[in-house]
Amino acid sequence: MKYGTEIVFSAILTLIALLGAAFAVDDAFRYHMLIAVVLLGGFTIALMRKEDFVPAGPVDDTRYMDGPIRYGVIATVFWGVVGFLAGVLVAAQLAFPDLNLEPWLNFGRLRPLHTSGVVFAFGGNILIASSFYVVQRTCRTRLFGGNLAWFVFWGYQLFIVMAATGYLLGITQSREYAEPEWYVDLWLTIVWVVYLFIFMGTVLRRKEPHIYVANWFYMSFIITIAMLHVLNNLAVPVSFVGSKSYSAFSGVQDAVTQWWYGHNAVAFFLTIPFLAMMYYFVPKQVNRPIYSYRLSIVHFWSIIFLYIWAGPHHLHYTAVPDWAQTLGMVFSIMLWMPSWGGMINGLMTLSGRWDLIRTDPIVRLMVAAIAFYGMATFEGPMLSIKSVNALSHYTDWTIAHVHAGALGWNGMITFAAVYFLTPKLWGRERLYSVRMVNWHFWLATLGIVLYASSMWVSGIMQGLMWREYDSQGFLVYSFVETVAAMHPYYVMRVTGGLFYLTGGFLMAWNVYQTIRGRVRDETPMGAPAPAAGAAVQPAE
Amino acid sequence: METYTAMRHMADSWGLLAMVLFFVGAVTFAFRPGSRALSDDAARIPFKDE
Ligand code: HEM
Ligand code: HEM
Repeated sequence: MKYGTEIVFSAILTLIALLGAAFAVDDAFRYHMLIAVVLLGGFTIALMRKEDFVPAGPVDDTRYMDGPIRYGVIATVFWGVVGFLAGVLVAAQLAFPDLNLEPWLNFGRLRPLHTSGVVFAFGGNILIASSFYVVQRTCRTRLFGGNLAWFVFWGYQLFIVMAATGYLLGITQSREYAEPEWYVDLWLTIVWVVYLFIFMGTVLRRKEPHIYVANWFYMSFIITIAMLHVLNNLAVPVSFVGSKSYSAFSGVQDAVTQWWYGHNAVAFFLTIPFLAMMYYFVPKQVNRPIYSYRLSIVHFWSIIFLYIWAGPHHLHYTAVPDWAQTLGMVFSIMLWMPSWGGMINGLMTLSGRWDLIRTDPIVRLMVAAIAFYGMATFEGPMLSIKSVNALSHYTDWTIAHVHAGALGWNGMITFAAVYFLTPKLWGRERLYSVRMVNWHFWLATLGIVLYASSMWVSGIMQGLMWREYDSQGFLVYSFVETVAAMHPYYVMRVTGGLFYLTGGFLMAWNVYQTIRGRVRDETPMGAPAPAAGAAVQPAE
Repeated sequence: METYTAMRHMADSWGLLAMVLFFVGAVTFAFRPGSRALSDDAARIPFKDE
């Protein structure tokens, strides 16, 4: 029996979900549990069909465990496309409100689908997959825990699907980036603790005495996310068979907890583990060690110590005590230095090999990602200054900042990692098409430029219009006038999003063909293109 | 003293001091004499394999 325990566990979960559906106190919970029954039941049957009764052979401990990583790369690409598509949809809804399809596909339900889709599904999958890849290679040992890595992969996908379908059904605890309700949160906690267990176990049995810096970044990500997730989601369910819960905190404590979580989700999800990817994949791709290893250690500790205090900059001019707001602002400004230290460390790794930017589009993606990281971490400290925030808060300026970081830094470095990993994981000599990577790079860049510039203009305009008084002290613009003024920029953003999405489709195609083992016939990048009509003429 | 005040005092005195000392210690450790060779070695870890 290969999957004996797995089948029993999965069947028990199916049964629990079925009981949940049977005794549900609200309709949303009933439908949600029925979805879980279908998913888990299907999974159980699939496992049973894969089962054979030959005793499983011993595991070859000298080889790396790459199965869950392969699945993780595919999941990254898949959820990436889904998340970008949801982004384009919500962008289109803001430009053309008629696209709000009640009730399931309205803006309020699709927006968290977009944010969770890109952050947790697209980002989360590459983080789990790349961390499993990097920790094995830099500790030179097989993943600890055997099939538990598969549990993390499938358990995480279940979390994603339950979160996404919950939003569409209208189930939310309305905490940004932590919208899923209590039962989905509990499930994620289990998956995450197992993830921590595997990662720590692998590090503990390493054959390499030193723990490479990328693993430090990954480890702090896993530990901190566990802590943030548990504290932020402390809540009391109204019923154990219902979809509603109430937070354990109230008022200002609740707000501070939420943004302590929210900001550190940005820090320990969208920044620190992506830096881990930078510290491994950039040296590998350019074939040079990191510019300064000691700087990377300082980078790590400064970021860890500063980030955790920055949360209150999301709550400027609220009921949060003034000293806390100022504290958040001061720590945010200090963050600028280590962030740029890290950026310089990444970029300078290329010194002596800058020519790769011309010939290797993967390096191009990496450099652009690091540059956008630098830009977002410059803009962020600026936005955290109270007087600047007075203008930017609630406007599209925040949205521009988010997407410069998200599309530029997270997106581009993820694409680079996917392109790096795919040929390696499937044992292919190279990608199906390197030129297509270049196309992807330009489509993504164009998308970001359109997105960010339109939102900067729209955001600053919006902020200025809101605060404009006439000589009598009356506001000059009504709210709806500001909305009307933003329409052209919203249309521009949709265009930018479409470019970015097209790049995502190209990546999916490229990865698919690479997995199939195809190689596109093309002139290598950087080589002079054959002069038109010249080479085909045989010499006579 | 109520818990909030007690924790605040703890945080902005001993807590702060402990963290600053840890941080300074970590940075000093990174730059201790002789660490250059070790960290150059560590930086090569990704290339020992695949
Ligand atoms: C095709 C590309 C994308 C498009 C068109 C897009 C569009 C949007 C739109 C329209 C919103 C809502 C803005 C509002 O409420 O005013 C939004 C929010 C958001 N998006 Fe995207 N997005 C894209 C890609 C991404 C990616 C790749 C990420 C992360 C890795 C991301 C992360 C976020 C986050 C975190 C928010 C919430 C921002 C906030 O509440 O301040 N997006 N996006
Ligand atoms: C030194 C680094 C950074 C600082 C100090 C910083 C600061 C800020 C500030 C002040 C806001 C606006 C809060 C508001 O007015 O509501 C903000 C929003 C945001 N930033 Fe950053 N930022 C930094 C880097 C980044 C990076 C690298 C990303 C990565 C993608 C990012 C993602 C976000 C997101 C998602 C939001 C929107 C939160 C929300 O309202 O939903 N930030 N940041």
